[in-house]
Amino acid sequence: MSRPGPPGGGVSGRAGAGILTGSAVSLRRRAGERRGPPGGFGPEIAIAARIGLLAVATVFLQTSVVAELPVFGVRVDLTPLVVAFVGFLSGSTVGAITGFAVGLMVDLTLLQTLGLTSLIFTFIGYGAGRLREMRDPQATLMPLALGAVAALISLTGYSVMEFMLGNDAPVSIELVRQIVLGTVVDTLLAAPVWALTRRALQPRLPDDPRRRRRRAYTTGGLSPLPRP
Amino acid sequence: MYKKTIRRRRAVLAALVALSLILLTAYFREAPGGPLHSIQRGFSTVVSPVEDGANSVFRPVRNFFGSIGGALDAKSQSNRLRKQLATVRHQLIRYEAEARGYRELSALVHIDTRLSISAYQPVNATVVAQSPSLWESTVIVDQGTPSGIAVNDPVIDGEGLVGKIAQTWSDGAEVMLINDHEFGATARLAAGGAFGTVQPKVGDPDEMVLQYLPQNTPVNPGEYVETAGTVSREGQSLFPAGIPVGRVTSGGAHSQYESINVEPLVNLHNLGTVQVLTAVHGSAPERITHLLSSLASPVGSGNSSVASAGGQLATAGGEG
Repeated sequence: MSRPGPPGGGVSGRAGAGILTGSAVSLRRRAGERRGPPGGFGPEIAIAARIGLLAVATVFLQTSVVAELPVFGVRVDLTPLVVAFVGFLSGSTVGAITGFAVGLMVDLTLLQTLGLTSLIFTFIGYGAGRLREMRDPQATLMPLALGAVAALISLTGYSVMEFMLGNDAPVSIELVRQIVLGTVVDTLLAAPVWALTRRALQPRLPDDPRRRRRRAYTTGGLSPLPRP
Repeated sequence: MYKKTIRRRRAVLAALVALSLILLTAYFREAPGGPLHSIQRGFSTVVSPVEDGANSVFRPVRNFFGSIGGALDAKSQSNRLRKQLATVRHQLIRYEAEARGYRELSALVHIDTRLSISAYQPVNATVVAQSPSLWESTVIVDQGTPSGIAVNDPVIDGEGLVGKIAQTWSDGAEVMLINDHEFGATARLAAGGAFGTVQPKVGDPDEMVLQYLPQNTPVNPGEYVETAGTVSREGQSLFPAGIPVGRVTSGGAHSQYESINVEPLVNLHNLGTVQVLTAVHGSAPERITHLLSSLASPVGSGNSSVASAGGQLATAGGEG
């Protein structure tokens, strides 16, 4: 169900937007269709449902399959990557909530100390969201850097918390090696995880600022099109 | 409007952090039978069938990637195994002679073999979930209390000791692996006979330490380490004697006691089917566990079906 266009196909919204051609109007209609019917679910519910499904699928995939496939002798952990990318795409508040929920599910599923993973993942999701809100980095390798930082915070944070909770197990230099290797492996996996997360969420997300800026640069102002 | 957004964002973060800390504190301080632990077990019961299904669906994928990793290691592993086979063959010949002598002697002095593995009732279980954490090395198996599995039961596979049962519920159980930081078991050098406590090295899932050995214990790389069949402190499981744990790799720290590094025999990264050794009601293992539990913790942790690692011995006994 498409939104009706303005009479005559012109747009008088923002300064510098210019007059839309017929193809631009059809693009706008298609963009309107992608946002869903006016009488259906709101965009907030749709994005929440997508993030919820993504979180549940990630936790089950992680605990049932990925955790049993060691790479270079370390266990791969996709959950901090997904939390960081959801935060980066959706903002700090959604990132923090997603981090808390994913962490809670991990702790509940694996019978770990309740609240520990939630606390770490909350900070990861919030931090990733704030990074976008404050800096909005556009570099191609940004997902890899973000994945590396998320994995490092997750592994280091977990170890620090375990020490703070009073575990007196003998700790070797291997712990550092495992943290470094785990970070490297997660960084390598960040690119496909980023692509999948973006693919799962982007159709329902608000406009991508990068694209909008690019259109603004080429058209001389902010484009009225939500998404080409 | 902007200030309102900032306030809302900060409020959400503060609320989530506070909730996490409350959960963490409450969970850490409550008894194993407390409400948060119950909720956790309830959640596990609910998701257990889903995990089981996901495990079955993705098993071919996992096996495929596992076989790729296995193929990469195959050549070096083959050379290493050939050398080991030669060594083991010599040892076998020697041990057969010793075993014959042992049987003759035990017949003479009526040595009791009550705690051999045959005294236990093995239950096969499939691993359905595994923790990715460096610290909490646990797996979830699909058999629980109805199969007779109880807290502290030893878990083995074809290679040797895998771990022990940490928690049970109706549809599954949590297995604490031997490289979990809370794990500890009394073990001995198979040939030398020196007793010590085998513990994991945190952060190094492929290495353990056999500690508290007498000074000047000879270190023979390649020598096997096996369970001793005794308990040295509260919280340890009574594993039957003779379950292989690992192989000595090198000497470790020297102080008042000696410690040596041990490589686990079991591949803890790729556990498929394991066996839980359950103590049959009225059997010798069950009676001895009960006796030990009464010695270790005579008051308190009574009849709860679940216990933490620290209080497992008492609970397991209380059930019997």
